[in-house]
Amino acid sequence: MKVMVPVKRVVDYNVKVRVKPDGSGVDLNNVKMSVNPFCEIGIEEAVRLKEAGSATEVIAVAVGSTACQEQLRTCLALGADRAVLIETTDEVQPLGVARALAALQAKEEAGLVIFGKQSIDGDNCQTGQMFAALANMPQGTFASEVTIEGDKVKVIREVDGGLQTVQLSMPAVVSTDLRLNEPRYASLPNIMKAKKKPLDVHSPQDLGVDVAPTMEVLNVAPPAERAAGIIVDSVEALVDKLKNEAKVIS
Amino acid sequence: MALDDSTMDQLLDTVRKFVRNRLVPLEEQVSMEDHMPAEVVQEMRELGLFGLTVPPEFGGLGLSTEEECRVVLELGYTSPVFRSVFGTNNGIGSQGLVIDGTDEQKAKYLPKMATGEIIGSFALTEPDAGSDAGSVTTTAVLDGDSYLLNGTKRYITNAPEAQLFTVFARTDPTTKGSKGVSAFLVDADLPGITLGKSNRKMGQQGGHVCDVIFDDCRVPRDAIIGGQANLNRGFLTAMKTLDRGRLHIAALAVGCSERLIEEALTYAMERKQFNQPIAEFQLVQAMLADSRTESYAGRTMVMDAAKRRDAGEPVTTLASCCKLFATEMVGRVADRAVQIHGGAGYMEEYPVARFYRDVRLFRIYEGTSQIQQTLIAKNMVRDAR
Repeated sequence: MKVMVPVKRVVDYNVKVRVKPDGSGVDLNNVKMSVNPFCEIGIEEAVRLKEAGSATEVIAVAVGSTACQEQLRTCLALGADRAVLIETTDEVQPLGVARALAALQAKEEAGLVIFGKQSIDGDNCQTGQMFAALANMPQGTFASEVTIEGDKVKVIREVDGGLQTVQLSMPAVVSTDLRLNEPRYASLPNIMKAKKKPLDVHSPQDLGVDVAPTMEVLNVAPPAERAAGIIVDSVEALVDKLKNEAKVIS
Repeated sequence: MALDDSTMDQLLDTVRKFVRNRLVPLEEQVSMEDHMPAEVVQEMRELGLFGLTVPPEFGGLGLSTEEECRVVLELGYTSPVFRSVFGTNNGIGSQGLVIDGTDEQKAKYLPKMATGEIIGSFALTEPDAGSDAGSVTTTAVLDGDSYLLNGTKRYITNAPEAQLFTVFARTDPTTKGSKGVSAFLVDADLPGITLGKSNRKMGQQGGHVCDVIFDDCRVPRDAIIGGQANLNRGFLTAMKTLDRGRLHIAALAVGCSERLIEEALTYAMERKQFNQPIAEFQLVQAMLADSRTESYAGRTMVMDAAKRRDAGEPVTTLASCCKLFATEMVGRVADRAVQIHGGAGYMEEYPVARFYRDVRLFRIYEGTSQIQQTLIAKNMVRDAR
């Protein structure tokens, strides 16, 4: 069984992001980029399935600019067998990515497609779900445990206030939650070998899909800065301010 | 083998993540318990850290000097005791073998050194042979088809953990200096080897150092690095590993200085006195600026010398310059970091006190600062003649 893992190139989680002064987006100049952490969990899960004998091949896929090859190489170092880049210079959004991946899935016919539940930059939490609809596949989102049972996959989902267990017929879509696994460190020899693994590049046109944006970002604003606090003289003054100024107690 | 930029970036990124997410949180525990957790050593093996400099045909990464130094700069961000676990395998423990070993010796030891299955230990120093390393008195006497080793080696790093010793012993009793000394590969489980009690050290707790005593320890005749052809030529082998080893230590010292500066800066920006962060005071700023400047100079020196070595230039003098400057520099930086921390810098709650002790060793091992000074000046005079 093939396992396909779409991965997104995002600003590294350690970077303190800065919004461009004109509010058009986040400043990406000279910023360290990484594999979206939830996608990395997806790669780890796929590699574990292969190590356990449940999967035969792990394919890492990205949609975006040439620079995404860097993140695909990371996935190859972590244990993916090959990588596919659907290359476009256009800004890509969840629907366009889902369309491109669905077209690729029609060719690859992966038995399992593992998404990160969301990317840490857009926070949309849409691509996996849109893909499942477009590819007409069942989905188990926010997985904290994935078990292959014959031609079915059992997914334990983290839902508000508890866990839900679902069983899906494969081919199926799974999206990873934080607690599914803890990704390994790529070994240094594997990082060096990753360069020799195949990385194919397709254009959206090759796949016959349109990834043009369907949504326009009007403004991006940083969180409001916290105003300076004041020191009050007494408990009475504090209670008075909480009651009459902040109006948080009555 | 030169790596392309993106592979190198990824390699450094992985080491950085491992250092910061895995090792830094363990620093205090390793130091307090004076114990290196076995699972961390295993993770280092899996990551490939034991084989950084071992050639790829023996299962290592075969990094160039520059690449090795860049990795070591990252490793310097955490307690140097972690690097010490696999330091010998990448340095003096394996490089002599890589350069001068016979094919059989390389095939026997290097693959296991690259994976970390074998931990190597370098046994040169003796009670009466320190900086005057050529005066070793441990003897190796041919007895039939083997040598009998007798003598005591002192302050031997990793000895309690080692599976393989590189032992320097006098094979020509008629000589007194380095000329009659050979380098032996000695399996640690041979009869006739006993270990002394672990020395109590000033720093780098978690790494262990002790005496290694050879009492009629019988080693095969072909245990000399390079075989019989290298009889009495052990020091020539050792000399060939020195340049690279000194650059390695210099890179480590620079890495530590960068961590110390980060600790000092963070503290100076948080700590308030006279109603403002102490980082606003010019006398504190001077300490920060001097540290940053010297650390940058050290980094630049190490990278320059490493590149020159990879290009085939002779770098013996430069390697000594780097080792001398970087290790003395980190001493000053550590001292200022403690000073910026004030009373807190004297306490174990902050890492700077521990680093202050840890980095003290850099000025002593792999050639003291004074030995480096002597070497540099001797080479200057020689080259000017």
